[in-house]
Amino acid sequence: MRFKDVFSIIGPAMVGPSSSHTAGAARIGRAARQVLGELPREAEVTFFGSFAATYQGHGTDRAIAGGLLDFATDDHRLPDSIGLAAEAGMSISFGQGTGLFPHPNTVRLRLTGRESGTEMTLTGTSIGGGNIEIVDIDGFSVKLTGMYPTVLIQHMDYLGVLASVTDVMREGQFNIGHMSLDRKNRSGAALTVLELDEPATAELLEKLRALPAVKSVKVVDLNGITQEQT
Amino acid sequence: MNFQTLSQLAVLCGERELGIGALMLEEQSAESGRSQEQEFATMREYYGVMKEAVQRGMTEDTTSRSGLTGLDAQRVAAYNAADEPCLGGPAGQAMAYALAVSEVNASMGRIIATPTAGSCGIIPGVFLSCQERFGWDDDYMVSGLFAAGAIGYVIANNSFVSGAEGGCQAEVGSAIGMAAGALTEMRGGTPAQAVHAVGLALKNTLGLICDPVGGLVEIPCIVRNGFGAVTALAAADMALAGVRSVIPSDEVIKVMLEVGSAMPEKHRETAGGGLAQTPTGRRIMKDLRNPK
Repeated sequence: MRFKDVFSIIGPAMVGPSSSHTAGAARIGRAARQVLGELPREAEVTFFGSFAATYQGHGTDRAIAGGLLDFATDDHRLPDSIGLAAEAGMSISFGQGTGLFPHPNTVRLRLTGRESGTEMTLTGTSIGGGNIEIVDIDGFSVKLTGMYPTVLIQHMDYLGVLASVTDVMREGQFNIGHMSLDRKNRSGAALTVLELDEPATAELLEKLRALPAVKSVKVVDLNGITQEQT
Repeated sequence: MNFQTLSQLAVLCGERELGIGALMLEEQSAESGRSQEQEFATMREYYGVMKEAVQRGMTEDTTSRSGLTGLDAQRVAAYNAADEPCLGGPAGQAMAYALAVSEVNASMGRIIATPTAGSCGIIPGVFLSCQERFGWDDDYMVSGLFAAGAIGYVIANNSFVSGAEGGCQAEVGSAIGMAAGALTEMRGGTPAQAVHAVGLALKNTLGLICDPVGGLVEIPCIVRNGFGAVTALAAADMALAGVRSVIPSDEVIKVMLEVGSAMPEKHRETAGGGLAQTPTGRRIMKDLRNPK
């Protein structure tokens, strides 16, 4: 089933005007921020398809900037996010891309972390009603919806890594709803994405990080409603 | 979820002796693993956001960033208060509220996508105006939102709910069906009557294309929300009066899928046809791209 629960129909709570071009874009930006794990120093945003044609009218640019500031879809600061990003020390540029893209509403992000200087690329698509799919992270094919608490594990590709990851999940009583793995080459770098039923705890993340061959563990969680700030 | 069609939904309601809203709350809790109280609380917050949006749209400046739309809800409300509206008070109120939420959306205010932002006015318009009229409490309305969600869940998984995929029938049409079915239940109708209301409503929007001027969620989206709220009231009244959807509602949903799949891309949220490509629509788009 494409739509799994009542809140994918009634919801999300969001700042308008478009669930696909505003709320979906904000969620893609926020997912990217969480994968990067810190505020970006630089963000290069490239829009494709319908995003490229209408991003100004829909505030898609502001939505991406807001997401990169870790704002939820209904955060009242979203319309002012480009100014807020500048204040926070983020340099952000917007452009229109050419060539192949996977969906009419596609955005590609190239980010540089403020503290670590880490560079990252991410491609996201907005598939309707605020629902998204992140399809590429750093050249790895993924399928990340953000509907569930998600753990991303960067590791080396060798025999038994996945078994050790799922062992940790079982010990901690974390059920895996969806899983994908992609690798750059045999015995090379790999990325595993796990969608969980429950939010990951600090203890779980610590155990995963301690596994041999695991290079990094990141969490994406886009759920929750912003309490109205007055 | 233990149902995939509206007829399965009605049967399940009969077996468990529950209304659609109460059944959906049980199903949602089972799906998410969170308690019914937690899920109900989340939906209650969403209803609060809907109320704020109505309030804002009825009282604040809702001129959109493009400058093309805004304040129509307040025009309708002022006319309703000063004159003898053709529709009559309650339907006029639902229409004004639906316009209000849609205008808040277009001016980058906070709304709940129901099922999308393009159709976000219809359910709040119907729900808030009926709550005021019939004196229902908030919990009753929140249960109604679960009923609307159950109907939307079936439509979304058997057809579509985005204009880019299936045209406006998928967005505004779905929202009208959801509002009509939920209102039928809230007014004391049986699950079977609520399901008929969905079919009756959907039949009225089959074929509606998505042709937003300049690609913005403004023209014709906002007025279609106003019309949509009125249509939902009409469909609920027909179902409560005993009018049946002779073509079963699940079959109507399949027709929406068939029609939407056959719809040319220019009529699916690309601004490549319809109102967007009229001489005036093209001029507006040109002005938006090259601001003076």
